[in-house]
This record gives sequence, structure tokens and C-alpha cells, in this order.
Amino acid sequence: MPRPPRGPKPPRSPLAPPASFVWTRRIVLALLGVFTFLPLWVMVSGSLKPLKDVQAAWSWIPANLTLRPYVDIWSTVPLGHYFVNSLVVSSCSTAISVVIAILAAYAVSRHRFPGRQLFSVTVLSTQMFPGILFLLPLFLIYVNIGTTTGVQLNGSWLGLIVTYLTFTLPFSIWMLVGYFDSIPRELDEAAKVDGNGPIGALVRVIVPAALPGIVTVAVYSFMTAWGEVLFASVMTDDSTRTLAVGLRNYASQNDVYWNQIMAASLVVSIPVVVAFLLLQRYLVAGLTAGSVK
Amino acid sequence: MRRAGLPYLLLLPAVLFELLVHVVPMLTGIYMSFKHLTEFFIRNWSAAPAAGLDNYRFALDFNGAIGRQLLQSFWTTCAFTVLTVCLSWLLGTGAAVLMQDPFRGRGLLRTYFLVPYALPAYTAAITWEFMFQRDTGLVNTLLVHDLHLFKTAPFWLIGGNSFWALLITAVWRTWPFAFLVVTAGLQNIPGDLYEAAALDGAGTWQRIRSITLPQLRSVNQVLVLVLFLWNFNDFNTPYTLFGNVPPPQANLISVQIYDTSFQNWNFGSGSAMSVLLLLFLLVVTAVYLLLTNRRRKTDA
Repeated sequence: MPRPPRGPKPPRSPLAPPASFVWTRRIVLALLGVFTFLPLWVMVSGSLKPLKDVQAAWSWIPANLTLRPYVDIWSTVPLGHYFVNSLVVSSCSTAISVVIAILAAYAVSRHRFPGRQLFSVTVLSTQMFPGILFLLPLFLIYVNIGTTTGVQLNGSWLGLIVTYLTFTLPFSIWMLVGYFDSIPRELDEAAKVDGNGPIGALVRVIVPAALPGIVTVAVYSFMTAWGEVLFASVMTDDSTRTLAVGLRNYASQNDVYWNQIMAASLVVSIPVVVAFLLLQRYLVAGLTAGSVK
Repeated sequence: MRRAGLPYLLLLPAVLFELLVHVVPMLTGIYMSFKHLTEFFIRNWSAAPAAGLDNYRFALDFNGAIGRQLLQSFWTTCAFTVLTVCLSWLLGTGAAVLMQDPFRGRGLLRTYFLVPYALPAYTAAITWEFMFQRDTGLVNTLLVHDLHLFKTAPFWLIGGNSFWALLITAVWRTWPFAFLVVTAGLQNIPGDLYEAAALDGAGTWQRIRSITLPQLRSVNQVLVLVLFLWNFNDFNTPYTLFGNVPPPQANLISVQIYDTSFQNWNFGSGSAMSVLLLLFLLVVTAVYLLLTNRRRKTDA
């Protein structure tokens, strides 16, 4: 039990939480803080140790600090190559997916048409399919498209881009519909009075007004593509390997370069983590808007 | 005429891609599950001999090696999912509710808690893999060397402990998502509910019990379902943590199907297992929605 505070009690407003609440909050948040911290510390401190130190018993504080792992990661495995692959695949799938989601969300938010409900339900329900279910057929379809038409989807950037862009479509459409619904229709009408067609109204009025939502959806799509392992492990070859699969290659036959793995993990995480944290405010707002409906 | 066609035109790209990547492969997968589809027929799979229900019999023959493995991995996945969802929901909701009222450093702490969710799944799993190493990992240093809880250092990535290693890794990554969603949900609770409760003299704990938690019900309905589906289908975490061949105690169903399909090159039974998995998830989802919706109606 928490100790009662010593001395005269400070005056409290009737809404101030009781000591039991304050102490529960402190203890729970402190424990969660430590839980969250441990792997982050392992990443940072592990990446600053020489190889022999990460092969010995774990030490909390690095005894010999070195930046060597950050240099070596680029030559031990073709990390730069993986980086480019991940960057191309994630950027392209994000860009295409956002444009498609904007168009679809605009249709659902601003038009009443037969099949509207069906579309929303179908798209959302694809979200629950186990990835493994369509991995096998998709793999075979890509192989067969390759043999019959010559368009290489298996083992190429294109195949991964097409696959990833659909992964995030359902969530992106759902979230953007929420955003678009919150934009007053009078704005569209005003744009139409000014001589814009429906697409003009979308580009000139709705897209700028929903920009935070669009950016959030883009970051979410990028993160999903950047972190995907299952499809990347099957649909890439040595030349198109993404970071998600390529990072395994730091474990050679004889040595596991844990210091380099930690350094590489940090390097590949920082872009997405920074982007996410900068935009988390919009993500909360977007989820709030979506759940109102 | 152009007016009426416009929404369909706008939806067309989304529908086309969904068809290509989700719908057609799913139908193909169901078709494949009735075929003897092995490595010999990959380039020409329509020529694969028909299998009838053989693949399903094979997968559900719990006396055979494959069927027994599948059944065990199904139970493992169930236990893993239930525990991960419960713990993540509990931690996420707890932290979000405790942080509902402003205090110094709240914004910073919120951002900090979201870092595990922002990390790519595989870097988080790789880091935990390092921490769970028997001789060089942080976990054993903490438990054996610092806290003296064990006499000899246990293995975490093989044997029975691998289940707990998997669970901890999954919870570490999942609870911040629950936290994020509940935090968003809390902002939709009308403030006058709290003001009315304060006028009635309700304390902080009482307000959480009688206003906050009931008001979160609709958010929780979706959140729990999403957490369940994600974790039941999780591949990234076990695959990164254990590689191709996970220990049987931590063999999740996605990895099991992946192994059947791509290690043993038996796409027919891999597809049959996937279809069974989908059927199971459909039934669970339908029952869940039915039960939770009925409860909401009777409460209303």
C-alpha cells in the first residue's frame, strides 16, 4: 500500500485523483517504461560494442565503445542494396496505394450508388484473410503470368509493389472515408460553382483539407511495406531482397554478428520510427474520426 | 450517364487490385486445395491431378504426422493468441486510462510508448532474439546473474520456454497498438458525463468503472477482434525469432502452413490447411460479432 503523504495535506480540487490512483499510475507506467526500454537499450548499446563483447555474457554498459559496426554493416552483407530495394518497393506501393485509396474513398464518401455498402464490407473483410492463404496462389499466379506473358512479377520489384499496395488499401480507404466525411459538403459545392468538375473538386478542395489524413495513411502504408516479411521471403531473389529478409544474412555459418545486426536494425528503423512519431498526433485524430462513424 | 458511372470509375483501380491480389488468389487457393499440387506442377498447375478431399483428409488425419503437427500448432496458436490479446488489451487499456487525465510529461510518455509499434516487426523480433540468447543475452543476465532466479541459464529459443519468448516478443509489439486505439477512443467520451459524475461525488476509480470502461465498449469490440486476427495469423514474429523451423512448442499455424507448402513443396495440402484456417477464422469472427452485438442491443 502507498504511504500517506507526510505533513499537512495540500489543498486539492474535488477532481484531483486520490493517492491510490496516482501511485497505481506511477507504478504501472514505470514498469511499462522499463519493459519498453530494455530492447531499445539492447539495440543501442549492442550496436556500440565490438564483436567479442557481444559474444561474451551480456553487459549492461558497453566496456569498449566502438562505431565500427556502423561501418561494417554495409560490407558484411549488401545492406545498401537491400535498402534501395526496400525504399523503391515501399515508396512505389505507398504512392500508388494512396492515390487509389483517395479515389475510392471519394466515391464512397461523396456518392450514393448501388453496391456502396457491398464494396465497403468486401474491402474491409479482405483485411481478415490470413496472408498465408493467398500467398501460395498469388505466388503461382505470378509465376504463371511470367511464363505466359513475360511480365516478371515473381522475384521482381513490380510483384512486391502490386502485392503491398493492396495490403493497406482497406485500412486506407476506411480511414480516408472518415476524414472526407468530416469535410463540409458546402466546400465541394462552392468548388463546383467555380466551374470545377468532381475530380477538380477532389483535387482542389478535399485533398488539401484532408492532408493530415492522407499523410497518415501514407506513413501507415510505408511502414507496412517496410516491415513485411512473409511475402518478401517468397517473392524476392538475391537481386530484389528487401531489408526484412536481408537482415537475416548477418548470421553466417560461424559467427552471428549481433553488434552489426543491432546497428543495422537501428539504421533501418530510424526512418520509419521518426516519421511515425512525428505523425502520431494525426493518427490518433484519424482513428478518432474513424471510430465516430 | 457520366454522373452515374463516376463512382464506379473511381472505385475501379481499388477493385482491380483487390481482385488480383486478394479475391482471385483466394478462389484459386480453394481450387488448389482439391488438387495434388506438388513441385512438379508449379509451372503448369492446371495439369495437376484432381485430389478430391485427399488434402483435407491428409491435414485432418490426426493420427498421421502432418495432421498431428497441424493440430498441435493449432492449439499452440490458440493459446498464444488468447494470451497475447488479453495481455496487450490489459496493458494498453490500463496505460491509456491511467494517462487520460493530463500530468507532467504525458505527451512525451505517450510518444515513447508507441516506439515498439513504430519499429519494423522484424527489427523488434531480431532484438528479442538477441536478448533471449542463452549465453550472451540480456534476459539470462538479468534472471540468473542479477536476480538469481535460476541456478543455471535456461534456453529460451528452443524447448518449452520458446512459447514464452514468443509471447513476450508479441506483447511488446502489440500492446502499444491497443494503447493507441484506446487513447483515441477515450477522446470520444463526452466530457459532460464526467462532470455529471463529479457533481454526484463519484471518485476517480468510480468514474473509470462506471463511465470510462462502459463507454469504451464499441472501441473494444473492434480492437479485440483486430488483435485476435493479427496474432492468429502472425508470421513475422515467429519466423524472425526462430527461422524456418520453429520449436514445436512455439510453432504457430502460419509457419506450419508455410513449411508444408514451401519446405515440403506440397501446395495442395498447404492450400487445404489455409482454407481450414480461413473457415475457422470466419466462424470465430461471425460468432464474436453476433455475441457482442446482441449484448450491446440488450444493454441499450
